[in-house]
Amino acid sequence: MLLIHCPYCDETLPELEFAYAGEAHIARPEDPSTMSDEEWRDFLFIRSNPKGPHFERWRHVHGCARFFNAVRDTVSDRFLLTYKAGEPRPDLASLEAAQ
Amino acid sequence: MSQFRIPGKGRVDHAKTVRFAFDNREYTGLRGDTVASALLAHGVHLMGRSFKYHRPRGPVTADSAEPNALIGTSRGPGRFEPNTRATVQELREGLICESQNRLGALSFDFGAVNDALYPLFPAGFYYKTFMWPRSFWDKLYEPVIRRAAGLGRAPSEVDPDTYASRYLHADLLVVGAGPSGLMAALEAARAGVRVTLVDENAEMGGALLSDPGVEIDGRPAWDWLDATLAELASLGVRLMTRTTAIGYYHQNMIGLCQKLTDHLDEIADNAPRERMWRVRATRVVLAQGALEKPLVFHGNDRPGVMLAGAAQTYLHRYGVKVGTRAVIVTSHDSAYHAAFDLAAAGTRIVAIVETRAAPPETLRAEARVRGIELLAGHTVTGTRGRLRVASVTVNPVQGGRVGEPRMIHCDCLLMSGGWTPSLHLFSHTKGSLQWDAESNTFLPGRMTENCHIAGAGRGLWGFEAALTDGAKAGADAARALGNEAKAAPLSVAHDRPGTGESHRELPTDRRSSRVRAFIDFQNDVTAKDIRLAVREGMRSIEHVKRYTTNGMATDQGKMSNINGLMIAADAVGKAPPEVGLTTFRPPYTPTTFGAFAGYHRGATFEVTRRTPIDPWAEANGAVFEPVSLWRRAWYFPKGGEDMEAAVARECRATRASVGIFDASTLGKIEVAGPDAVEFMNRMYTNPWTKLAPGRCRYGVLLGEDGYIRDDGVIGRLSDELFHVTTTTGGAPRVLNMMEDYLQTEWPDLDVWLTSTTEQWATVALNGPNARKVLEGLVEGVDLSAEAMPHMSVAECRVAGFPARLFRLSFTGELGFEINVPARHGLALWEALMEAGRPHDITPYGTETMHVLRAEKGFIIVGQDTDGTVAPEDAGLGWAIGKKKPDFVGKRSLARPDLVAPGRKQLVGLLTEDGGVKLEEGAQIVLDPDQPLPMKMVGHVTSSYHSATLGRSIAMALIEGGHDMEGRDVYLPMPDGTHRARITSTAFYDPDGSRLKL
Repeated sequence: MLLIHCPYCDETLPELEFAYAGEAHIARPEDPSTMSDEEWRDFLFIRSNPKGPHFERWRHVHGCARFFNAVRDTVSDRFLLTYKAGEPRPDLASLEAAQ
Repeated sequence: MSQFRIPGKGRVDHAKTVRFAFDNREYTGLRGDTVASALLAHGVHLMGRSFKYHRPRGPVTADSAEPNALIGTSRGPGRFEPNTRATVQELREGLICESQNRLGALSFDFGAVNDALYPLFPAGFYYKTFMWPRSFWDKLYEPVIRRAAGLGRAPSEVDPDTYASRYLHADLLVVGAGPSGLMAALEAARAGVRVTLVDENAEMGGALLSDPGVEIDGRPAWDWLDATLAELASLGVRLMTRTTAIGYYHQNMIGLCQKLTDHLDEIADNAPRERMWRVRATRVVLAQGALEKPLVFHGNDRPGVMLAGAAQTYLHRYGVKVGTRAVIVTSHDSAYHAAFDLAAAGTRIVAIVETRAAPPETLRAEARVRGIELLAGHTVTGTRGRLRVASVTVNPVQGGRVGEPRMIHCDCLLMSGGWTPSLHLFSHTKGSLQWDAESNTFLPGRMTENCHIAGAGRGLWGFEAALTDGAKAGADAARALGNEAKAAPLSVAHDRPGTGESHRELPTDRRSSRVRAFIDFQNDVTAKDIRLAVREGMRSIEHVKRYTTNGMATDQGKMSNINGLMIAADAVGKAPPEVGLTTFRPPYTPTTFGAFAGYHRGATFEVTRRTPIDPWAEANGAVFEPVSLWRRAWYFPKGGEDMEAAVARECRATRASVGIFDASTLGKIEVAGPDAVEFMNRMYTNPWTKLAPGRCRYGVLLGEDGYIRDDGVIGRLSDELFHVTTTTGGAPRVLNMMEDYLQTEWPDLDVWLTSTTEQWATVALNGPNARKVLEGLVEGVDLSAEAMPHMSVAECRVAGFPARLFRLSFTGELGFEINVPARHGLALWEALMEAGRPHDITPYGTETMHVLRAEKGFIIVGQDTDGTVAPEDAGLGWAIGKKKPDFVGKRSLARPDLVAPGRKQLVGLLTEDGGVKLEEGAQIVLDPDQPLPMKMVGHVTSSYHSATLGRSIAMALIEGGHDMEGRDVYLPMPDGTHRARITSTAFYDPDGSRLKL
C-alpha cells in the first residue's frame, strides 16, 4: 500500500484514503462543438500510458475530497511529486534530477 | 523411547510426551517436536507421495522450505488443513494427520504406476498429449487430470475459526531472528530504536539452535541466546515468533502472518487462529539467512535422503538421529560439521562423498581423527531402497570421467550443494540481484526500499560474520533513524565458517535417458525435464519454469530455483546471470485464505446499509435483497405466499388502490449556490434554466463519451437549490463526477455539492388512492391536481415532520415521494400505514417496483443500459436539451459510432406465449434456422410476469430495434426456441392517463 502526500492536507497518508482519477493535464475543450471527430476522439480516449513518470490525478476521497495532481513512476510505482489542481505541469527533467 | 531419540538432547521437553496419530497409527512425540521430528524419532521417513509420479518421499528439510513432507492436519469438523508441512507443524496433544497424494496405502500406492511409466510423462506432457480431440477435453482429460493433479484434498466445510488483523507501526522491523537478526535488533534497541523482531519458527535463534557448540563472547550459544532474548525483551523490543513475513510491499509495508493456536493442545473460545499484521516500518533489516541446496543426482528424492543441515537441526533441536548409518555427499564444508556432530551422537558415518577434488585440509584431518572415510573427487550416481534409502552408489571422477561404481549401504544420505541466500522478500521490492561468480549464486544488489540486508542473506557464512554483520545493520538502521549507534565487537569461538562449490547435475555413468535426478521435488521436475524444455525451444527462464513447472510448487522455488537455473543456463549455453532468475512472488510461504480475509467474512464481509424503515420491514416479514451495499425489502410475503404470488398481489393492490414503498436508498445530492442552475445545465442533458422552483424534471446524466451514466428526478426548490436524486447504486459515482467537473473544469462556478442520501428518509406512495392517504397528514401545501400537478415539489410538513414532498411517479400511477429527516422515517412510515388502512394500503418491495416500472417502460440504468447505451438508444432523445450549447457528453452524441445505423436500441418484447417469461440476458436472433454460430442481434434486459396485464413482458436491446416494431424475433434457449414480437416499451397506459388524477 502506497503512502500519498495530499497537497491540500499537507499530510502523507495511506493509499486507502485516495482514489485514482486518470491522466492529468487533459483539459476539457472550451467549446467541444468546434472539435473534429479526430480531435474529440483524442480528448476522450487517447492517453499517454508511459513507462516511467506519469502525470496523473488522484482524489483524497476519504479525506478533504479534493482532486490533485501527481507524478508517479509507473515502473517503480513511486510518487515523485504531488501538487494542487491548477498548478502548472512540473518540469520532468528537474524533478528526476532532484530524485 | 525409540532408538533414534537421544535422551536429554535438544530443545524438546523430554519429560512431556505428546500423543498424535499419523495415517491412523498412534505415535508419541515430545513437547517441542514438529510432526516430522516426532516421526523421524520413530524411524519414519516415508511421509508422503509425490505429485506426478507418486514416488515415496520423506522430509528433505527441517524448515518451512519443505517440498515433500506435506500432510493433512485435523482438529475436528471444518478444521482440516491440507498441505501442511510436517517440518513446521508443531506437535500438539491429539493431533490427527494423514499423508497425501496416494491411491491406497502410503506404503503401496497404486498411483505409483505413473512412476514406472515416467518416459511417458516428460515436461510439457499435458500440453502435448491433451490437445486433441477437442471433444475429449471436458469429459475425459480434464476430470482425470483434476483427480490426478493437485495437492492434498480441499476441505469442504466452513472454516469455524476466526482470523484477526492489525496494523503496526515500527521504527525498525527485523525479519529473521537468527544470529544476524538478533544482533541487528539488539544494536538498534540499545540505540533507542523502537524495534519489532519477527521469526517464522516457534522459537528464536535460527541457526544457533542447530549449532550449540558455538561460543559467543565466552558463552555457549544457547546461554548467549537466552541472555540476548532477555535483553531484547527488557529493551521493549516486540518479539514475535511463529510469525512469517509473507510479503514486502511498497514503502516498507510488510505483511506478517502470525500463527496463534495451531500449536496449542486446547484453544480458547473465539481465540483467533492467525493474525495478519500490516506493518509500516521506517527501516527494515532482512536477516532471513540462507537455504541449503540439494545436490542433483539419480535417486536424490528417496526417503532417507535429506539435506545435511536438516539432519543437524533434527539432532540438535529435537535430539533426533535421522539414521544409524549415514553417507554424506557434499560440495560444501558445512556438511562436514553435520557429519561430525552425528558421529558424536552415535550415528555411524560410513563415508563422506566429497565432489571437490581437494576439500580443506582441516576438515580432512578432522574426518581422519573420527575414522570417517573421505571419498574426495567422487560423485553419487544412484540410490536404492523401496521406501527408504538402503544404499548409495558412488564413483570416482577423474578428468571429467566417471570411474567404477561402488555400492555403500546406509539408512540415510545427507546432501549439501551449498547455500543460497533467501532472496524472496528482497525480490518482492524489485531490488536488483547481482550474480556472484565466486559463490555461484545471486546476491542482493541495488535496493529500492529503506532496508538493510544482513548475514547469510547476503552471502556471508559463519557465525562471527553473521553476528558482526547483523550488529552493523542494526547500527546502520539506528543511525538512519537519527540515533547514535556503534556496533560493539563480538568474539566467537568454535565457529564453523566454510565454502563450497556449485554443481549442475552431478557427473554420472548412467545413460542420460535413465537418470531421474530431481530438482523440484514437489512438482517432480527432473534435470532432464529442464534440458528437454530448452531443446524444445524454451529460452527464457520464465518459459522453462512454466513448461516444466520448476519452482512453481508451494515452496516457491526455495529448493529448486538455483539448481534449475544452473542447468537451464548450461543447456542454453549462457552464463546464469544472462539467463536470470524467475520472479519470487508473495507470499513467502503458503498462507491461509482465512488470514487474508481476516474479519471480512460472513456478516462483516462488507458494510450493510439499512434504511430507517428497515426494522419495520424486518418485523413484517420482508424478504431482503442486496442492492449495492444496501439491503432492501424485496417483497413482503403474506401467509405462505411465494415470491411470484406476493409480487402479483403487491402490483395489483398498488394499481387498484395504493402501495407504499421505502425509497430511502435513492441517492440524493444537494446542488446549491448562485451558479447551481448553470452547473446543472452543464452536467445533465436537460435544460434547467426555465424549470421553475417548485417543479421537477427527469434528468439524464451522460459520461463525456455520450453514454448514459445515471438518471433520476430532480426538483428545483429555489433559484439556487436543486434536490438531485440518483440511482441507488450510483450516488457516490455521480457525486464524484460532479465534484470532478466542479473542482477541475469549472472551479469558477459558485456551487456547493452535498451528499444527502442518508439525511432523508424517502417513502413513495403510489396508486389511485395515494392522495387520499396523504391528504390528512400534510400541512402547508395544497395537494390538488391543479395546485400540485405531476412533477412538482414542495416544502411542507407531513405527519408533523418537516418534509420535501415530490409528486412524481415511477409506477405510472398517481405518486408522491415524501422525504423527511431520516430520524423521522420510521414514524412517517407508520403514520402513512395508519392513514392508509381504510384503503388497504399495501407495502411493496423492490421486485414490485421493478415490475410496475417495466409495465410503463421506465428504464433502470445499469439493467436496461450497460455503459454503451446513448440516450437515443434508450428512447430518451426527448430528454436532451438540444438548444443548450454544451453539456457533458453532448459532443459525443455526434460521434460517428453514435449516429451510425444498426445501434442496439431498447424495445419491448412480447412472447408469443404469454406464459413464457424470458430469461434476462437471453440472446436474440432474427432467423432461428440459420447455421451455428448464429448471428446474435441483441439481448433481453428486463423480464417479468405482469399481473396487471396477465402475461409476461420484457425489454430488450436489439440492433436497429426502433425500426422493427411488429417484427418477430427468436430466442434459442436450452428448453426450446421462443418467438417474441417487438413492441413499444410502454406496455401499460401508454398515454399516461392514470397520472392525471
